[in-house]
Amino acid sequence: MSKEQSWDADRALSRIRALEHLPGALLPILHALQDEFGYVDKAAVPLIAEALNLSHAEVHGVVSFYHDFRHSPPGKHVLKMCRAEACQSMGCESTIRHVENRLGVHLGETTGDGTLTVDAVYCLGNCALSPAVMLDGKLYGRVSREVADFLIDSAQRHA
Amino acid sequence: MSVKVYVPCDAAAVSVGADAVAKAIADQIASHRLNASLVRNGSRGMFWLEPLVEVETPQGRVAYGPVSADAVPGLFDAGLLDGKPHKLHLGLTEEIPFLKRQERLTFARCGVTDPLSLSDYVSHGGYRGLEKALMLTHETIVQEVTNSGLRGRGGAGFPTGIKWRTVLNAQADQKYIVCNADEGDSGTYADRMIIEGDPFVLIEGMTIAGIAVGATSGYIYIRSEYPHAFRTLRRAIAIAYDKGYLGPNVAGSGKRFDLDVRLGAGAYICGEETSLLESLEGKRGQIRFKPPLPAISGLFGKPTVVNNVISLATVPIILYKGGEYYKNFGMGKSRGTLTIQLAGNIKHGGLVEKAFGLTLREAIYDFGGGTASGRPLRAVQVGGPLGAYFPESFLDTPLDYEAFAERKGMLGHGGIVVFDDTVDLARQARFAMEFCAVESCGKCTPCRVGSTRGVEVIDRIIANQDRMQNLELLDDLCEVLTDGSLCALGGLIPSPVQSAIRHFPEDFHKPASPPPGTGSSKIQETQSWR
Repeated sequence: MSKEQSWDADRALSRIRALEHLPGALLPILHALQDEFGYVDKAAVPLIAEALNLSHAEVHGVVSFYHDFRHSPPGKHVLKMCRAEACQSMGCESTIRHVENRLGVHLGETTGDGTLTVDAVYCLGNCALSPAVMLDGKLYGRVSREVADFLIDSAQRHA
Repeated sequence: MSVKVYVPCDAAAVSVGADAVAKAIADQIASHRLNASLVRNGSRGMFWLEPLVEVETPQGRVAYGPVSADAVPGLFDAGLLDGKPHKLHLGLTEEIPFLKRQERLTFARCGVTDPLSLSDYVSHGGYRGLEKALMLTHETIVQEVTNSGLRGRGGAGFPTGIKWRTVLNAQADQKYIVCNADEGDSGTYADRMIIEGDPFVLIEGMTIAGIAVGATSGYIYIRSEYPHAFRTLRRAIAIAYDKGYLGPNVAGSGKRFDLDVRLGAGAYICGEETSLLESLEGKRGQIRFKPPLPAISGLFGKPTVVNNVISLATVPIILYKGGEYYKNFGMGKSRGTLTIQLAGNIKHGGLVEKAFGLTLREAIYDFGGGTASGRPLRAVQVGGPLGAYFPESFLDTPLDYEAFAERKGMLGHGGIVVFDDTVDLARQARFAMEFCAVESCGKCTPCRVGSTRGVEVIDRIIANQDRMQNLELLDDLCEVLTDGSLCALGGLIPSPVQSAIRHFPEDFHKPASPPPGTGSSKIQETQSWR
């Protein structure tokens, strides 16, 4: 996840302005902000509320409802590991434990050096090639421990 | 004539190296100045053979697979462009038994054409359904869909024609067509495949729906876990606008249909139609009370058709070939074709489109070739995380809505997840409750609180603490969830739990084992606002 930059109210506002006219604009706006900054900063809430004529609570309620929206910046790379049933049937849990042990994090956490965030995900639609993971938006199939190690190595090289 | 070489751009094919293969092929063509061109097609749905490379020959398309980038130079040396033998040579694609034995109606073009080529689409029968629809009255289009016997392929199996009729008869200044592409069930990928492999068929289906019920605006709500499909759809919609198939004057008819695609945000519950509508409106994805039905008061309070991707993608062929044609596939009340998705621990995982009536055993063994691990099959979960676990002895169940309901199962979206004998059904039951706790929208108490209590009770059962009492308690809890939940998430989560207990009781009576200790198995708390 390369292009994220630190929070900037002006840039946030211009992303909001570009989308506020859409019917049901809140999710597109939140996606745009997360795309811009890697997360949805708390400071965005009043800006969005003002633009869409919503209360702060309503905006906060939506941001916090959806698993996708982060409240703080993720690591430089994001590894999403599927732990739904099809991947379980091919041993994803043991690969996940291996990755957690190797990196010293649990799912949902970021490594101390800020290189890698590891998240749980429930189905990536690659269930005929389980176990599946997604690294920085790119899908991988048949992810054994060895493949997971390879992906982590490559992420760490490009830290 | 330049020889066409096909390498799928489907996300699953790419997940095992299709992009690298495509690049290696393009390099060979360029460096040897060969008279050949590379086409990125959708997937044929034979995922164990991906990346599957095809080459056009006078005899038909010849397949090679699974191809790695390293194997590409050798393939060219062996005469790939002439379809010559090689150890990865699979013969004519259409003759591969897995494909040959299918009845592809909805997926007729998927894997055959370039997904973003509108001329490919039209030359392979695309937009014929719309052409027909534009000559018919609202009533007649809806009647044609009703006659076809098409039932919602999202899982509930509600007759599509009846839903459309309700919207047609509703009076309003604005109506909507909403496509549910929030394919969250593990073991399913048909929506993703058709969107990535033949997006115009979905666009055509939605346009026909709009014209049928008098809706001028449509939305596709697609899950964020499918970034690849989302990009394909966006490009396809732009092309359809550009060529006059969307917008104020659909195919020169003077009728308007606008279409937009929206991204979900990682909430399983948004696959439930009323949550989906809330989410599209920019709200928390909490379910709505029914009635009113979305067909009466749906998106922004207007009459709305909410259909699954496969239902809508099947509409063009129904209009093109007629409802009677489609109805002649299938059996009983399950008419037409089912898109079966073979997943999990399966040797030949992939998409099988076949008339309703195939048995689970035929799907898993005749098509799927048994388990991937080679170990004995022990359990099968059909219909996603809310579907029942069936034992080996249930494999002769035909894949049809009613036959599954009789066995307290659910066909759902047609995903079949196979487990070998290493599976522990008590752990799977625990996972079902855990999943429900993570994904509950929180609106009703049975689901929100009951799921977390369910995890705790199953942990005690696994740990052999007052096992008999806790099994009884779990049964009570399941009854509360079934009867007291507002929607299918809480209402059906007892299904995997109770089927696991019913069919695999031995897994709930093993010596005590401690609850899983790693973070991955704990319920992940939603991040708190900092």
